[in-house]
This record gives sequence, C-alpha cells and structure tokens, in this order.
Amino acid sequence: MKLPLQWCSEFTNVGDIDIKTFCDRMTDTGSKVEGWEECAPDVENVVVGRVVKIERHPDSDHLWICEVDVGEASHRTIVTGAQNVFEGAIVPVAKASAKLPGGVEIKSGKLRGVISDGMLCSIDELGLTTHEMPGNDSSGICILGDEFAGSIGVDIRDALLLRSVTVDFEITPNRPDCLSVIGLAREAAVVFGRTFSVPTPKDEVSGDGDDVSKYIKVDIDAPDLCPRYCAKVIKNVKIAPSPLWMRMRLRAAGVRPINNIVDITNYVMLEYGQPMHAFDYSCLDGAYIIVRRAREGELFRSLAENDTDKPLSPSMLVIADERKPVALAGIIGGANSEIKPTTTTVVFESANFNGTSVRFTSKAMNIRTESSARFEKGMDPENAMLALLRACELVTMLGAGEVVDGTIDVYPGKQTKRTVKFEPDRINDFLGTDIPRSKMEEILSSLGFGVESGGDVVTVPSWRGDIWCMSDLAEEIIRIYGYNEVTTTLPLVRIKQGGRTQRQQFELSLHELMCGMGLWETATFSFIGPRYLDMIRVPEDDKRRNCVVISNPLGKDTSIMRTTALPSMLDVLLHNQNHKNLSAAMYELATIYLPRGEDTLPDEKKVLVVGMYGGGVDFYRLKGICERVILSAGISGYKTYAVRDNPSYHPGRCGEIRLADGTVLCVLGQMHSEVAEGFELSGEIYAAEIDVEAIFDRRISVREFRQLPKYPAVWRDFSFVCDEEIEAGSVVDVCYEAGGELVESAYIVDVYRGEQTGEGKKSVSVRVHLRASDRTLTDAEADEIAARILDEIGRRLGASLRGK
Amino acid sequence: MELKEKLLAIKEEAARLFAEENADIEALRIRYLGKKGELTAVLRGMGAVAPEERPTVGAIVNEVREFIENKIVELREKRAKEEFARRLVAEKLDVTMPAIMPPVGGRHPLSKVKLEMENIFLGMGFTIAEGPEVEYDYYNFEALNMPAGHPARDTQDTFYITDKILLRSQTSSVQVRTMEKEKPPIRIISPGRVYRSDEVDATHSPLFHQVEGLVVDRGITMGDLRGTLLIFAKNLFGEATRIRFRPHHFPYTEPSAEVDVSCFACGGEGCRLCKGEGWIEILGCGMVHPNVLSGCGIDPDIYSGFAFGIGIERVAMLKYHIDDMRLFYENDLRFLAQF
Repeated sequence: MKLPLQWCSEFTNVGDIDIKTFCDRMTDTGSKVEGWEECAPDVENVVVGRVVKIERHPDSDHLWICEVDVGEASHRTIVTGAQNVFEGAIVPVAKASAKLPGGVEIKSGKLRGVISDGMLCSIDELGLTTHEMPGNDSSGICILGDEFAGSIGVDIRDALLLRSVTVDFEITPNRPDCLSVIGLAREAAVVFGRTFSVPTPKDEVSGDGDDVSKYIKVDIDAPDLCPRYCAKVIKNVKIAPSPLWMRMRLRAAGVRPINNIVDITNYVMLEYGQPMHAFDYSCLDGAYIIVRRAREGELFRSLAENDTDKPLSPSMLVIADERKPVALAGIIGGANSEIKPTTTTVVFESANFNGTSVRFTSKAMNIRTESSARFEKGMDPENAMLALLRACELVTMLGAGEVVDGTIDVYPGKQTKRTVKFEPDRINDFLGTDIPRSKMEEILSSLGFGVESGGDVVTVPSWRGDIWCMSDLAEEIIRIYGYNEVTTTLPLVRIKQGGRTQRQQFELSLHELMCGMGLWETATFSFIGPRYLDMIRVPEDDKRRNCVVISNPLGKDTSIMRTTALPSMLDVLLHNQNHKNLSAAMYELATIYLPRGEDTLPDEKKVLVVGMYGGGVDFYRLKGICERVILSAGISGYKTYAVRDNPSYHPGRCGEIRLADGTVLCVLGQMHSEVAEGFELSGEIYAAEIDVEAIFDRRISVREFRQLPKYPAVWRDFSFVCDEEIEAGSVVDVCYEAGGELVESAYIVDVYRGEQTGEGKKSVSVRVHLRASDRTLTDAEADEIAARILDEIGRRLGASLRGK
Repeated sequence: MELKEKLLAIKEEAARLFAEENADIEALRIRYLGKKGELTAVLRGMGAVAPEERPTVGAIVNEVREFIENKIVELREKRAKEEFARRLVAEKLDVTMPAIMPPVGGRHPLSKVKLEMENIFLGMGFTIAEGPEVEYDYYNFEALNMPAGHPARDTQDTFYITDKILLRSQTSSVQVRTMEKEKPPIRIISPGRVYRSDEVDATHSPLFHQVEGLVVDRGITMGDLRGTLLIFAKNLFGEATRIRFRPHHFPYTEPSAEVDVSCFACGGEGCRLCKGEGWIEILGCGMVHPNVLSGCGIDPDIYSGFAFGIGIERVAMLKYHIDDMRLFYENDLRFLAQF
C-alpha cells in the first residue's frame, strides 16, 4: 500500500515528522514500511514558463528559437526542436542548469550557433505520462494550459503538485483496514499521538423530485456472500479528465488516472479502502441489479483489455441485470457495462462481499485486482455507505455529474458490535509486563475501541475483523506500547528429559562415520522428474514408478517425490565432473517417499546413498564403505551376493549385501554404462544405496564385552585351484562350515591367475585362524580340521590344493 | 728376549696400523690373529722358549693379543657408528614435499548450521521432534488457524498432492502433531525441509530448511520468548548480539513478531551485510494462538506458549557470507570443502 503523506495529512497531520522517524516508528508498531520515495525526486530547477516569441532558427529547417518568460528579469532564449510550441504557450522550462529524471542535466549550450539557455520539456522528460497529463503526449513539448498563467516562474514540482513523499507499506493479511489512507492515518495518529478526524461526507439533497428508485432496483439473492449492497445513481455525467490534484494523488499512490468517474472510484478505494464500481446505466437491462450466484456455463467478459468470454460456475458470485452478469462480484466489472466517453448515467456500487468467495473466484478465474485483494481479506460493511457518499461528494466537487437523490442500501448481513473481555491483569501475565490499566485503555481507545473506564469488556471497531480474544488485545496494546519494552526473562520450567532420541543419535553417528571415511555430505531436492527414473533404467512395472505426484509442480523435472535417491546423487556427480573436480566421494542421508494410497500420507524412509568417481575408487572400496556402515551398527552375519539383473548397475559389477533372512541392507556397484551416459557422466561411476531403516531396526545398540583370548591361535594357509566361476566368498563359507566352531576367522589372502593355474581356473589363497577358548590347540587337532576343510572344498567346489 | 722384543714390535706396528685412516679391520685381524698370522706364528714359536720364561712371554703374548682384539672391537664400533651416521644423512627427507593427505569428508554447511542451532536448544532441555514432509493440509494450515480460504495461505505458495495433502510449507506443522501427542510442559525444536513453489534464483528455492521451536507450559510469557531467543542469538552470533522485535502477523501466533539481530559483522554500526541498517532480520515468532492450543486439546486459559521459526539457509548465508542460495543444492566439492 502506497501512502502519499500529503493525503494522509488530511486526516492526521504528519507533515512535520522527519521521514526516517515516521518510517521507523510505523514499522516498530506493526505497519511495516518497505520504503519511501519522493514524487519527482530527480526534477530540479524546472519552472513554469511562457513562450513569448518564437521564430525559425536561421540555420535549421526544424529548430525554433523561443524567447521564454520564466519569471526572471529578462527572458531566456531557448532553442527547441519540437513543432507544437506556439507563442503564448505555457510550458515546463528546464533552466540551465537543471536536473531531469534518468540523470539528465541541462546546461546552456550552442545549437547551430545560437545559445540555448535551457530546455522546454515534454511529459516524458519530466517522468510523467499522458494519463497524468491528458492532452499531451511524448512527441511534443508539454503544454500546461492557461490555468498556469499565474504560475510563471513557479517550480514545476509545486505547480504540478509533485512535492509529496509516498511511503510504501507491506500490509499483513489481518489488517485490510490499513489498505487505505484513512486506515494508515489512524495508525499514524495513534503512534505519534496526533489528533485524527475523518470528515463525514456530505449527502446533499437536490430536491428536484428525481429519486434513485426511479432508476434502479437492487436485490440480493445470496445474502451469505453479499452482506451489504449500496448504490447511487449519477445523471448528466460529463466524462472528462479529473483535476490535476486528483490525478497526481492517484499517481503518487501508484494508480493510473483514466477519467473523472473511474478516478473517483479509485480515489475512494484508496482513501476509504472500500472498492467501488461504476456501471454505465444504459447498459443495465431491465433497470435492475441482482447479486446472485452465476449460472452454470454463463459467460463473462471482463473490462480488462483483450479479455474473452469465459464460463462461470455456480460457486461464483456475480452482479447481474435482468439478463446477464455485468460484474464479477468484488473482482472486476464486465466489458458490457463499462464507463465509456459517451456515458451519461452511472450507477455507483459500494458493496460488501464474502472474502473467501472472492478469493476462490479470483483464483479460479485467474483475475487479481486491487478490489479482489481487499475483499478477500474481509472488508468492513459499515464502510460501504461512507465510501459511497464520499464518491458522490467528489462527483459534485468535480462537476462530473448530478447526484440523484436517494440511496439504495440492501443490508442483510448487519452485525451487532462485538465485544471482547478486557482483563488487564491477565494481559500483563501473558506478556510478562506491568502496564497500567489506564495506559491499556488509552491505547485501545485511540485505536477506535469502545472503552469504558474500568469496564470488563471493550467494543471492537467494525473495521477490526481480526480482534476476537485476549491475545488479540494484548498484541494491540504491546505493539503500541513497544515490543522491545518487554523485559527479557527465561521460562520457569519443570525439568523434562531433553536431548536426541536413539534414532537421532544413530543418524548423527552415521554422518560421523561417513565423513570420517572421507565422504562429503550433499543436500539435494526431494523432487525429481519421471525422466530420471528412465535415466536410471527403472523397469516399467517397478514399484519405484509409483510416486507421490505434485499436482502443481514448477516443472516436469520437479514433479514427483523421489522413490530413489540415486538420480539426485548422479546429478551431484555430474555437476562435479562438469566443474572439473577430478574425483568425488559424496553421500546423502536422503528421504524417499513411498506412496501408501490416495488419501494417506506416504511412507517417508531414509536411505544412505553414496556416489563416487575418480581417485582410485573401485568396487571393493565402495564395498568397504558399505560394510563399515553395517558393522558400525553391530550387525554381523551378512553376505554379499552378485546381482546380474539390476538394470541401473553394471551386470558384472553389482552386488547386494543381505542378511541370512534375505533382507537386503545395501545395493552397490558400478553404474551401468547406459545410465552413466544418460547422465553424461564419464569414467567409472560407483554408487550404493543403503537401507538405513533396515540397519537401524537390526542394530545392536548395547555392546557386550567378550573376554580377550587366553590361548594362542594357530593358522593354516591353503591355496586352492578352482574354476573361475567359483566365488571367493564361497571358498570362505566352506572353510567356516567345514571347520566348525574352532574356526575363528577365514579370509582371502590372494587370488592368482596365471600359467600354473591353467585356462579358466584361478588360485584362491585362504588363511584360516583356529582357536579354542579353553586350551591351546595341538597340531594334530589343527591338522584334522585342515583336512576336513580340504575335503569339503574338494567335494563341494571341485577345488584342489595348488600343486597337487 | 728376542721374542719379547718381537712381540712389542708387533704391538707397536699393530697400534700404528689400526690408527691408519683406512685401516682394513679384517685384513689386520688375519695378519695378526689368523692361522698364519704374526701373533699365531709367535705362539707357535713358544716351544722354543725356555720353560722358565714361558709365563712371562705368555703374559706378553696375551697382552698383545688382547690389545689387538680390543683394537678390532673398538674400530668396528667406531665404523658402525660412522656408518649409522652416514645412513641417517642418506635417509634425509625434504620435509617441504607435499603431504599425503588422509581422505576427509564433511557435513554440508546447512547441516553444520542446523547442528549448531540444535545444540543450543538441546542444552536448554529441548527435544528434537520430527514430522512428515508430505503432510495433511490440516496440520500445515487448518490447525494453525488458517482454514480453507484464509488469505494468509496466499503468502506461502504451496505444492499440493491432493486437495487434502500437500508438501508442508512450514515446519510449524510439527507443532500441532507434537501438541496432539504430548501434554505440557512441551519444549521442542523441529528442523526439516519445507517446500514453496518459488522458482530457483539467488534468494529463492522451492525447497529450503527451517527450524521450528515450541514451548508450552503454565505461565509462559512474551518476556520468556524474548529471553529464550536472546540466548539463542547470543550463542549463534556472539555474546554481544542484541535482538529487536518488530510486530508482524502470523495466523498461528498472537502477538506475532519478526526478530532482528544486531549485525554480527559490524556490531550494529551499519555495513554492507546489514545494508547499513545495523540489524538483520532473522526469524519469525509469537505467542501460540489460543485457537491453535485449544484445537490441540490444550486449554488456553491454563497454558500459554511461544513458537518461533528460523530459516537455516538464511542463517548459513549470513554466517558464511554466501550470496547465492543455489550453491547449497549444487553440492560442488569446491563449495562443500570450504566449511
């Protein structure tokens, strides 16, 4: 809301307050100032002048030499190239040296040999438009008109009323009353302790025997959506530009002047906050206005430029005549009844509409106006009549037409005044303050509340639809008293367990582990596009294709909630490759969103996704990271299985780490080359997806100490030659199974392929540690176990000792 | 006595030879103590010595042998020491050569700021509450005093899944879930992701992070809200930090405020960071609206509370002087490794 301070001062004088102080204090008390500006900050040393004499430039076929009276002792000579200047013309003159908008400076200089001591200005050069200065356009010099004949030499900012300062407020949705000059003036008066008064608009009766009832009848068919409808008729209308003062006030408030009738409705909306509409009476069929719900499929074309017929629905409220809608209630008028230069009779509407209804209609029709922005926040129905009378007063003042006697006021939604319990002690307890009751009463009363000294209740002003309870009153009091006057204290609390839950601690330790292993945490968007699932080659029937879909996404690539964090990670790797980072090791503890049905919230699960390239990373390093995560949770008894058919991964370099019951803890591997290429990634790309939920569920949170071994271990080394297809892991498995419980550990020491092993064969070297907890094993015992292992390996894997 | 003299001459000669710079220890050992060595030869000649002189000569022989043997040991030790010293010299490294760095990773700057905030409140006895990001309209709006059609909904452009389900636009949704489950005293913070349909640019993102706070108990005042946030601000931005409340409007708090902290770059003098204001807007807060309390089954006549919400990105940008929000989600290692 732009507030021209001059306008504000009509209701409470703020003209003497330093602008910075004004802005700061208004912000501190709840009317947030976004900024302020002067009407014409860059115009300096431009005055009103009269062209006394004009003759052709001797050396030019288009330049004119003007002798200009600017109220100084002698006339100035000014050369101009404009063709609309004439002797006697009253024009804005930029004297050398003058300043104009856009950093332009005017100095005297020679134009084809003739000294020009300034410049005659066009409206463009003054930063004005044809709307504010009707009859002028940017092609010629601005002709001011004879009403400025007495102002020769006067600064143009004074002559054109461009001195005002406008303050821009950000008004919160609970204060629609402050979307008006009067509303903000009332706030300013309270803040600065000034008197505040709004003159009651004059409702003059002509007594010519004419009456509004002879012109029009109004009915409200939807009182739930239209609590009040006031109207008056203006006859013998003369559409013309409104006077300078009104045009300049509208300009200062950011509204474009159009003609006297339209300007009056806008002026009143800005002043009172009450949106109004003006209909061309001749366009209303049946001399009738009905406020009703639209009929299904009924067409409406607004007065907005280039609008087309659009269908309405029965949830929308329209203003209609006998046959057709003529306005979308509270939003915009129809093209069929708009004010035209030929309009002679006008119906002024000043009504009140249900905010929610206006909001829904405005959204559905995708039309937002100054009017809808006000109505949807809830306007004061009491204001409607005052605004209407003010508009009529302005009509008379401007000579824009004759106000027909009589007023229409259909008011089915009149409310009794609301009262709120006033408990000063409770308010002080709530705020932690010690404000005297009298001070509270003074503040509330200045804000327009009905306060009886010592009373139990206060009456809420009709324009304050946001005040309902004690805390609302507390806010009114403390925002004026001063938020920063509240002493800081600390809550007196009952002790309660604080801190992180087990799950939160678990996640924190996962982060520490990942960072400790040299990985960097990433933060990626939770939404992706369906094409990302294609890019990681998720099969059509895969459950990851079932996603939570955003109905109003910003774009296709952010339209579904991710069911896998893999694409997000690959995007991160791509960004790093594109920016020439030679290697990357990244992770994210990412949320995925798995649908559980239409009206149910999805399952939000955490996955630990890892992505790496470069820096010597290979499958086994990645596997080490994954195993460390699992081991850190105290989980043992997992095994890695080769997975050949995961389409996202290299068929020969993908594994799953599973528990004995088949639970998959982790999928890991090198990305399939088609996936990598799809993302435009180069080189070997490794990734893993670790199921954090499964690991958390199976974690061993309480660790139990085991005695350190008292007796030494013995070990036996074996080198088996077996078929290439035999997995090293199965050799180890057999060692455990055949060796029995005395096998403390068995692990691969080396895998060798060469001439000695032969084609299609490999040599796997295993070391087996044997230990008994109650004695030192004898060689004989160890040998016997070794023999059993050998035997089983031969029988189950067809492997034999190397060299035998 | 010829033999005696010969032995002394051997000793003298040996002393000279062992003292030579490049004395060859092994050659000298063989020369004197070897099977055909000079001393061995003398010993062999002992048979010719008169029996009464044998003890005397024998003693001299032993003395000379011991002398030579000692010389050998002595010289070997000396040589070993020299060799050791030479090796140390040879093993010298250029300590200015580049280090081999152990791999190191790190938390995302947003996580670091989040942890810092969490720790401040955990220290004050708060717990961390979590809630779903895909949320019912009820928890995100309705229960927060923003029924359907409420104009304040327009201030948060929301992503919808269905009419009733949306991507939460504020972590305040967790307030309601917490109050439904727990009875006062309640002291929680709730960090997490929130979503608003803003196009990505230097200061906007459709996804960002907030930390929500909620305290509900008997006798909680606006002064308590100010005190708690002052502690928070001092911990986060430094002991000299001051706070300033400005009235604002949130449908779920009343009174509501926006909070500025004194600029931690200039201390309030006015600088580029605070755009010359001396103050930086940092969070929104207020006293929990009675409608919100009673909607959650908490009697506003008995209990009161305060709530606040703070943007993690905003704090991280201020703290680290980051000028473009997009950097957080690009995850460029050159960016991540700076924090």
